[in-house]
Amino acid sequence: MSETPETPKKTPPAETPEPQTSRIGVDSWVAESEARRSRTPAAVLGRGLERTPDAVKLLAFVGLASSVPFWTNEGDLYIFGTLTLLYATLGLGLNVVVGLAGLLDLGYIASAGMGAYTYAELSSPRFGLHWPAEATIPIAMAVAALVGAFLGFASRRLLGDYYAIVTLFFAQAFLFFTNTTNPGNFTGGPNGLPQLDPITFFGYKLTSTKQIYYFLLIVMALLAVALYFANKSRTGRAWRAQREDPLAAEVMSIPVNRVKILAAVFGAAIAGLCGAILAAIEGAAVSSDYGVPFLIIIYAIVILGGFGSIAGVFVGATIINFTLQFLAPQNDHPEVKRWLFYGTIVLFVMAIKPVIRPAVVLAATVGFGFAVHAIVAATWGHAWTSGVPDSGGAWIARWAVIPRLDPVTGLGHGNFNNCVYIGLVVAIVATASLKGWWRVAALVPTLYLTVLAWENMLAQNGGITAYLLFGAMLIGLMAWRPQGLLGSARVEIV
Amino acid sequence: MHLLLFTIYNSIKALGWHGAFELLRDGIVLGALYSLVALGYTLVYGILKLLNFAHGDVFMVGAFIGFGVLSVLGGPLNAVLSTVPLIIVMFAVSMLGSGALGLVIERFAYRPLRNAPRIAPLISALGVVFFLESSVQLLTNSTHSEYLNYPVYFALIKPAFTVNIAGTVEPINVIAILVVGTAIGLMLALMYLVNRTRLGKAMRATAFDREAASMMGIDTDRVIAATFFIGSALAGAAGVMYGLFNSDTYYLVGFAFGLKAFTAAVVGGIGSIEGAMLGGVLVGLVENFAGGYAGGQWKDIAVFGMLVVFLLVRPTGLLGSHAIQKV
Repeated sequence: MSETPETPKKTPPAETPEPQTSRIGVDSWVAESEARRSRTPAAVLGRGLERTPDAVKLLAFVGLASSVPFWTNEGDLYIFGTLTLLYATLGLGLNVVVGLAGLLDLGYIASAGMGAYTYAELSSPRFGLHWPAEATIPIAMAVAALVGAFLGFASRRLLGDYYAIVTLFFAQAFLFFTNTTNPGNFTGGPNGLPQLDPITFFGYKLTSTKQIYYFLLIVMALLAVALYFANKSRTGRAWRAQREDPLAAEVMSIPVNRVKILAAVFGAAIAGLCGAILAAIEGAAVSSDYGVPFLIIIYAIVILGGFGSIAGVFVGATIINFTLQFLAPQNDHPEVKRWLFYGTIVLFVMAIKPVIRPAVVLAATVGFGFAVHAIVAATWGHAWTSGVPDSGGAWIARWAVIPRLDPVTGLGHGNFNNCVYIGLVVAIVATASLKGWWRVAALVPTLYLTVLAWENMLAQNGGITAYLLFGAMLIGLMAWRPQGLLGSARVEIV
Repeated sequence: MHLLLFTIYNSIKALGWHGAFELLRDGIVLGALYSLVALGYTLVYGILKLLNFAHGDVFMVGAFIGFGVLSVLGGPLNAVLSTVPLIIVMFAVSMLGSGALGLVIERFAYRPLRNAPRIAPLISALGVVFFLESSVQLLTNSTHSEYLNYPVYFALIKPAFTVNIAGTVEPINVIAILVVGTAIGLMLALMYLVNRTRLGKAMRATAFDREAASMMGIDTDRVIAATFFIGSALAGAAGVMYGLFNSDTYYLVGFAFGLKAFTAAVVGGIGSIEGAMLGGVLVGLVENFAGGYAGGQWKDIAVFGMLVVFLLVRPTGLLGSHAIQKV
């Protein structure tokens, strides 16, 4: 690796302190007053949002969401509208378990799968039962809730951590049972149960994308209202109290275990509802849909939006679903994908304070890129730098090193991609461990490696990249902003 | 129900002593691997009271590091090393690499959350799981790494000696001896380390009471990092052996394997080193016998049932002591 003249390597580590935010161990009153007085745009916006009545917020959201079908086509409505609503509804349920009750439920998606399979058994040609949705959806919710109660009961003695592992194992066992065990072809094996009836309420069939969209919007709004009141109720207070300190809650005569199991049942029932709806929309219940990837989507939504925040779930669902859809391999706007990527990078760099640093970093990265490109071209020849990125736009290959694909095999240059990726991870670790100007200097090769990894492998494998991002986001959020975007900061009283 | 009992009865008759011996043998080999991974869970849980979900994926990365060394140094066309040194190098590189990975995970995913609410490190661990799995998926293009073409594989599936069971001759392969022998050796080394050395004393003190230990001048951050390194290195060794034993690795193996190893830790009593060893062998045997007698599709369900039964009946596990909650 070469260093460009712009890279400020010679500068001694600056003594500018890292920005101070309220942290664990800070007195809660001090933290609140600090938050009140903060003048950053984010804080001002947050205070404005806080002062708006919740009913107004919900109405605004529902109003905006119900206008969506009038200015989009069917395909976009499904991908960006229906799926976002479905994810948001699932997020609302998980928010009860994880956000309010503080239980790590990793079998949440399996509960949705239980709902889906219940719907599939009762409203399909499988047994010749074609029950209407007003019967099957409550049954699906009840089945999922029963299983949730069982899991909570099984791990009741050690309901903190063991609940996570029991539910995780349940998720695995659910997949295994439906996929492989499949006794008497009850669950249809890997093919699942096809040809489900559309959702039918009292003889009225929901078939078009618009109908389903509005149905989901109504379900979600009702659920949000119900959870809003549940949160304000005695039970909601008990959930939050035992989340903060189970021992103190127990002493205050809250039946901690019962309250926890209640939260688990609540969450599982909502998951069952969403699972049944999802199965009906897709027309099939397939077990592989209810696996770990789906779980991380919902977790990313709830954690990004903020623990225990209903509005946060909507924000999280929108961001996560749009990220997912733009990264999806079948996305047909590669240029949009590219601009979003570079825009995010530049925004990320701009967030560094003080103002001089982003400019230095960006200029240095550009220079660094041309230098590396020239060195690679001079050392290993033209073949290493004359590739065309998958998403078009050959101009980027003048700056980023993109090896040409082998004309015979169609493969890239050996292990180039893997080396770039491992180098990127090492560079990120190094950047995160350094301080001051050293960190700024380390950021330059890190950014360039990010671009190389993106252009050479990440953009093509959008599906994997999305999960990679979500995983990294969970780690980063927990370390730097555990309350998510809209959650309220939890201050540990030591 | 009748059908199930009938199937079990038939399979017992069909398998006989000879089948039971095979299940026992493979169960013990698999159990030794579970024990090694369970030790990592137990060590970290003992010292931090943290479920390190990511441990199963460290195991998976260890398996891939071992495979990487194998394909560079011992491929069918480019064999640089002969079998024994090759296996030693595989173990060394994989244990060091996995240990380093454990250190990085501890530093970035768990250390910032030392005093955070308990759910925070669990979510962070979930993030690590997805990050590692997706990374390996990208790096391997979602392909299985197969060992079948490598000379090492042929050296390891030769029978070391044979046992005569009820008239039939049963082979015991070199790989089985390697796995069980290495596992026992590593566990003895670990017990020596924990019970007899200064570091082990510091680890026990930190596990007992972190705050008091740091007041006594123990650098608890370093002790915790050392614990992660040791646990992850054991997982790396288990990963190498898993790859050689199964002659296949895949980016998803860590998840299910880690869950079963965790069950082993719970069954043995989480926090107890001897318990992890015992639990590992038990889980390996239960899984194999359930697979042999009820059919392969019941393997995972049987282990899940075992976990639930233990949590209902004896949540402290076989060798765990009942923890008194400190206020």
